[in-house]
Amino acid sequence: MNPEELLYAKTHEWVHVAADDAGSKIVTVGLSSFALEALTDLVFLDLPDVGREVRAAEPFGEVESVKAVSDLYSPVNGEIVDVNQKLVDNLENLPKDPYGIGWLAKIKVTDESGLANLMDYPTYKKQCEEEA
Amino acid sequence: MNGVPSHTPLYDWHVAHGAHMVAYAGWNMPTHYTSITEEHNAIRNAVGITDISHMGRLRFEGPGASVFLAETLTRRVADLALGQIRYSLVTNDQGGILDDVLVGRYHNAYGQPYYVLVVNAGNRAKIVRWIDQHLPPERANRHGEEIIWDDVSCLWSMFAIQGPRSVELLQPLVDVDLNVMRYYRGAQVRILHPAAQRQGGIISRTGYTGEDGFELVLGVDIARAVWETLYDLGQPFGIVPTGIGCRDTLRLEAGMPLYGHELTEQINPYQADLAFACHLSGYDFPGRDALREIKKQSLKAMRVGLELDGRRVAREGAAILLDGNKVGEVTSGTFSPTLQKPIAMGYLRTDLAEPGTNLMVDIRGRQQSAVVVPLPFYRRPTKGGKK
Repeated sequence: MNPEELLYAKTHEWVHVAADDAGSKIVTVGLSSFALEALTDLVFLDLPDVGREVRAAEPFGEVESVKAVSDLYSPVNGEIVDVNQKLVDNLENLPKDPYGIGWLAKIKVTDESGLANLMDYPTYKKQCEEEA
Repeated sequence: MNGVPSHTPLYDWHVAHGAHMVAYAGWNMPTHYTSITEEHNAIRNAVGITDISHMGRLRFEGPGASVFLAETLTRRVADLALGQIRYSLVTNDQGGILDDVLVGRYHNAYGQPYYVLVVNAGNRAKIVRWIDQHLPPERANRHGEEIIWDDVSCLWSMFAIQGPRSVELLQPLVDVDLNVMRYYRGAQVRILHPAAQRQGGIISRTGYTGEDGFELVLGVDIARAVWETLYDLGQPFGIVPTGIGCRDTLRLEAGMPLYGHELTEQINPYQADLAFACHLSGYDFPGRDALREIKKQSLKAMRVGLELDGRRVAREGAAILLDGNKVGEVTSGTFSPTLQKPIAMGYLRTDLAEPGTNLMVDIRGRQQSAVVVPLPFYRRPTKGGKK
């Protein structure tokens, strides 16, 4: 996925919005390369079970590095419909390709109001520059 | 410290080489340049060079210096041989740990003795105050027992050169034979570098990594030139600039305590398993009487090492549990790059501190099984190749 076409949470998750065959909104969530560069040395990724209900701005998993642990936040209210289980045993793929094979979870949106809080790429980039 | 972190003479070099900088104890220091794990492994397997200029360096001289230091530190000082270094503590009147330090005795170019006290960056101001309080001018100026001392932290820089290739790397830059320098020994040396002219420095076989290595103290004006030369000379040995991120993972594997984590003013040396650093029968230092009492009592909790199952890391503050009851607390933890498993240090009820004891650790609301293990977690291979 092209990072410039994605939406971003303040907590550094990227979000891609699509629709499934039935017309429901499905978001794919990952971690931005900015976040991954700050974390470095990943040792552990904890993803939720498929079927779990998640809520906007609440943690659905965690990523642990040598230095620190970070929560992964859901951008929307919804239900986990898929997780990238392969990534858990191949963590090196996460920083290598954070917008592709490093995706984390797909969430079926039940309440899309959380999407309104997300930033476009230029706004997110500005936030990162301020944090750096 | 006035809120704006200080820069070491190498700040620009660090930034130019991609360092991730972080404010640490009043200084802007590199956490890492590439990755903590890569830098950690470079020190275990080759050589790494770390800017540790943030550490505090205090210099003492004069006929009264050795007795004053003996009356300030928990360890014997008066019998230090030339070039000898000891790990010591500074304790308060209650026996709580104010800092852990290295004290070394050297001779200057004129053959006169002086002492260097290396203190933690975060404790430097506190220790300087402590010395001021315990060294009134009438004592410092007493005829025949004068004590001259100075905080030279901003005049001298300090590098850690650590790893199995460190002797080869450093040897061309100093005029002493590093092969015969023993652990916890050091010397004032001439630095064989064009920028140094006739300036001296101090080299010691000490470190905070559990690996063979040295620490080099030198003038701030030549620090960058010497650093760059070391970096160039180190290329054939696989040298890597290393940040304070891997300094933490290395010292944890080596079972070394860190002030602010394993050591605080609420912790006494016996709990911290640092009895070796307390000499109670010599000079009277603050806390000596309290430590004599503490030594007689049984300890409620003591410092232990833990290995955890899984890959989640137990970090500072995580509760150690037995049958759901809190029996201790983690003070530092990381994922060990060498052992490839989570390790931690913490304080644990003494009756449970025996290696092999199975416990649980509460990591952010979820329990993970752990076992008490002897410290250190990692011991470097000896010269014969045996562990």
